Amino acid sequence: MKDFNYHSAKDSKEASKLASSSSAFLAGGMTTIPSMKLGLATYKDLIDIKNIKKLSGIKVSGKSVIIGAATKHVEVSNSKDVKKAIPSLSSLAEGIGDPQVRNRGTIGGSIANNDPSADYPSACIALNATIHTNERKIEAAKFFKGMFETALKKGELIEAIEFQIPEKSSYQKHPNPASRYAIVGVYVAKHKGDVNVAVTGAKSCVYNDKDMSKALTGNFSSSSIDGMDLDSSEMNSDMHASADFRASLVVTQAKKAVDAC
Amino acid sequence: MASLVGSRVERKEDKRFLTGKGRYTADINLANQTYAIFVRSPHARASIKKLNIDKALKSSGVVSILTGKEIADDKIGGLIAGWAIRSEDGTEMKCPGNPPLAKDNVNFVGDPVAVVIAESLAEAKEAAEKVEVDYKVLKAVTSTADAMNGDTIHEGIDKNLCFDWLLGDRQKVKEAFDKADKVISIDIINNRLIPNAMEPRACVADYNAASEEITLYTTSQNPHLSRLIMSAFGNVAPEHKLRVVAPDVGGGFGSKINVYNEDIVCSWAAKKINRAIKWVAERSESFLTDIHGRDHVTHAELAVTKDGKFLGFKNETIANLGAYARVFGTVTPTYLFGPCATGVYEIPAAYTNVKAVYTNTAPVDAYRGAGRPEATYTIERLVEKASMELGIDKTELRIKNFPTAFPFKQTLVHTVDSGDYVAGMEKAKQMADYKGFEARRKESEAKGKLRGIGVTSYFEACGIAPSAAVMSLGCGVGLWESAEVRFNPTGQVTVYTGSHSHGQSHQTTFAQIAADELGVPIENIDIVHGDTDKGTFGMGTYGSRSLAVGGIAIVNACKKIVEKGKRVTAKMLEANPEDVEFKDGEFIVSKSNKKKTIGEVAFACYLPGVRDEMKSPLPEGDEPGLKETSFYDPSNFSFPAGTHIAEVEIDPETGHVKLEKYTACDDFGRIINPMVVEGQVHGGLAQGIGQALYENAEYDETGQLMTGSYMDYTMPRADNFPEFNIGYTCTHATTNPLGVKGCGEAGAIAAPPTVMNAVIDALGGQEVTMPATAEKVWKACKNLKKSNAKAA
Ligand SMILES: Cc1cc2nc3c(=O)[nH]c(=O)nc-3n(C[C@H](O)[C@H](O)[C@H](O)COP(=O)(O)OP(=O)(O)OC[C@H]3O[C@@H](n4cnc5c(N)ncnc54)[C@H](O)[C@@H]3O)c2cc1C
Repeated sequence: MKDFNYHSAKDSKEASKLASSSSAFLAGGMTTIPSMKLGLATYKDLIDIKNIKKLSGIKVSGKSVIIGAATKHVEVSNSKDVKKAIPSLSSLAEGIGDPQVRNRGTIGGSIANNDPSADYPSACIALNATIHTNERKIEAAKFFKGMFETALKKGELIEAIEFQIPEKSSYQKHPNPASRYAIVGVYVAKHKGDVNVAVTGAKSCVYNDKDMSKALTGNFSSSSIDGMDLDSSEMNSDMHASADFRASLVVTQAKKAVDAC
Repeated sequence: MASLVGSRVERKEDKRFLTGKGRYTADINLANQTYAIFVRSPHARASIKKLNIDKALKSSGVVSILTGKEIADDKIGGLIAGWAIRSEDGTEMKCPGNPPLAKDNVNFVGDPVAVVIAESLAEAKEAAEKVEVDYKVLKAVTSTADAMNGDTIHEGIDKNLCFDWLLGDRQKVKEAFDKADKVISIDIINNRLIPNAMEPRACVADYNAASEEITLYTTSQNPHLSRLIMSAFGNVAPEHKLRVVAPDVGGGFGSKINVYNEDIVCSWAAKKINRAIKWVAERSESFLTDIHGRDHVTHAELAVTKDGKFLGFKNETIANLGAYARVFGTVTPTYLFGPCATGVYEIPAAYTNVKAVYTNTAPVDAYRGAGRPEATYTIERLVEKASMELGIDKTELRIKNFPTAFPFKQTLVHTVDSGDYVAGMEKAKQMADYKGFEARRKESEAKGKLRGIGVTSYFEACGIAPSAAVMSLGCGVGLWESAEVRFNPTGQVTVYTGSHSHGQSHQTTFAQIAADELGVPIENIDIVHGDTDKGTFGMGTYGSRSLAVGGIAIVNACKKIVEKGKRVTAKMLEANPEDVEFKDGEFIVSKSNKKKTIGEVAFACYLPGVRDEMKSPLPEGDEPGLKETSFYDPSNFSFPAGTHIAEVEIDPETGHVKLEKYTACDDFGRIINPMVVEGQVHGGLAQGIGQALYENAEYDETGQLMTGSYMDYTMPRADNFPEFNIGYTCTHATTNPLGVKGCGEAGAIAAPPTVMNAVIDALGGQEVTMPATAEKVWKACKNLKKSNAKAA
């Protein structure tokens, strides 16, 4: 690993002031540190944001669950409030990586990184999340731009993620057997007016499957999407799963999620 | 005194390991040490046009940079294949040179071309990036099946063929097949695996200019063998000037048998720069450069009568050696594989033909089971297929072809001294509730799932390798083992063993054996291994040999101690040696109350002479001291055997295979410590099930390893497994005094066919290759649905 400068920011303002084109925020470090170690990324400055108190913690109101960006996966999975308000969100957190990763990795880091097979982005889409940054509020639908790409500007810091509490929801992941990231993960959330079917792992970026959403908004039953033939042409294909297999898994996992709601 | 052999004695080594006090090679730091980083080929096959170290030499902290040229100039030898194999046509096998640092050609991704030695690890890394190598990239050969049609990798080795070996009688097999009612045939791929020991390889080399001695601390399963190879073939230093220490070693599974490039280079370089050098592999280096396992492509056939008697068997295998033939590379797919090919069955005619090929991939060598898993997989998949095609219950068909009497002289090589295969089968069926399976299958079907059951009956040849047996087969060496039992004057015992523990619990089990033999409390016995300066020459640990060979050497040395003790006691107590009996640590003159404890005898042995009442206790001809050595060369292999049964449930929509039940009923002969055996069985099963369902080393066509990290190489985890249902039958080995057979590899041997037979049973007989990943199984489920629809 190449040498770098370590900074610990005391508030959001200082953190974003320290940021440059050759810096990264250090939240859980679960993505940043391994990529530096393997020489895939080098930074001149790492700006630790774990000491910014405001960034950690969970608040539940009647309509929403607000989770601070530096809140660890384990805190989300263990939170009684989250379990009560959106049980599928806490079980999603419980299914990320392994205990070591959950004890360090953060929701903000996961979303900022926007790995195409990460779990949280699907929750953001399905639960109509709003991403609060130090500068603005961004709707989830406009936040995830592409593979490892988000709407965040240089130095912009995620402060919290606000999830809308649905009537019912479930997240079903078919994990990569090696890494346990999602080969396909489908987050189904039934809100008052409509149903979201957020899919991660299948394409280069998380997306809301409009056809399934429509079918389920009409009739919230797994039979309404059974046998749906999805277009696999844009789906990922690698040694763990072909595009066709992924297309089939999207439907299967969506059905499972609906049944589990 | 109660016997310790057979009881669940807690592991003596656990306190050390569980409190972080283990001392592994990477824990060793020497004064003024330097750090090594190896510059490795990023290409699978290339010639080196130019290598420029000028820039790197100027990098900060660099002490030295050495390349293939210097190592060749110093006449340091290369890595070797330990076993010579002769082809069917009588020609000797063909092995390429394998210099520790490549000079002209590189042959797999990770092949080292230079070593950078610097004051710190960071500086070594930085400088290594500045070494400029100009490669001419050549077309790589990566496929096992097609290797013989690829470009020639090593000059003069036609068709990339190391040898084309035959065991058995083709003519007899032909006659058997001519008589058959039916021939069952199968095409099999035994997937390539990466051993993945928890501790990556490492070494620390030191040179003492005063004594002109090199000391190498290394992650080895066999330090003496490493010293011998480095000395005799590597020309690193004469054996008496080379000390090899393998301290705590965190798992080997065969991958740490070999002497590796880094061992030789660091030892040689430490002398050259007159400073200690430390090298610790990163996990990604382990993936690329540790030996890999398995990688066979096989076509096999079984000739049967319509009522299910086996008549003949043939096995045509292509075995991938990787880029070079290493220590056990050539013996694994031959003598460890061929003789086990007919499994636990009476098959009057059989042959195994193995073509061993070179490819531009990491060297393939012995990995837990080594040859026997590949043999067992083939015969057990074939027998399962036969049971489907003949419509005979899979357990009945097996029993029908089991030997009825022991010793069982097999058609190919082995004479199995003892066993009771029927008893093992019956017990396994009971443990697994074989009868209740159909009901469970229906329950699964009602949930929309597919359920399958799979059986394997296996045997293995352990305790490698009796010199008489293997040398008569044409092997150059046999593998005995040594032990030295040394009493201190005050009565504690140190046992030196030539075997090596890297997870096998020798500190406990060997102490149990010695405690029983000598009647000394187990706390007073130390087991010492892993240092060529401490113990007598030893062969190390692999092939489930430690107990069946190394343990017997300990017993024999203890028996010599007792014999001397009897003579000394007789002298001390003025009795006849023949009248002295030894029991529970006491020498007793029969029909008298005169006795001496073994502690008193030991003390006396160290203080011979005459003073006051004390008279020399040493009989004429005996020397002072109490220390005995044994070199034990077994008369035959030992033959553990057993039956395993697995049940899987498959979700046809996702292809997910859930291992619901796993039953292992093994006959390991006498068991020294049931807890330790359970650990060995569990570990073996985890690796065997890993091969069947998860693990796969995959190269792309250019020779890049696609599964070079845990993000892509699926190491099984605890939650992949059900609670294992483990039981035993027991027939004692008749060829050694303890009656032991060995248990280290059984799980890895039996589990792959057991699990795959269950998966394929669930899939209505459709073949899938290992590992049975979700996508492969999903596809098979779709086919099954289609063919069921057609049938309906
Ligand atoms: C072995 C392993 C297994 C894993 N398995 C899974 C899995 O199954 N599912 C899954 O979804 N993920 C998985 N992960 C990823 C894990 O969830 C990481 O924690 C996550 O991707 C990054 O979070 P972090 O807090 O560690 O971020 P860091 O590594 O600290 O940072 C990652 C990136 O995010 C940026 N960043 C961090 N916080 C902020 C912020 N508040 N505002 C703006 N930018 C920010 C940083 O600048 C950096 O570029 C796994 C990781 C590992 C190592």
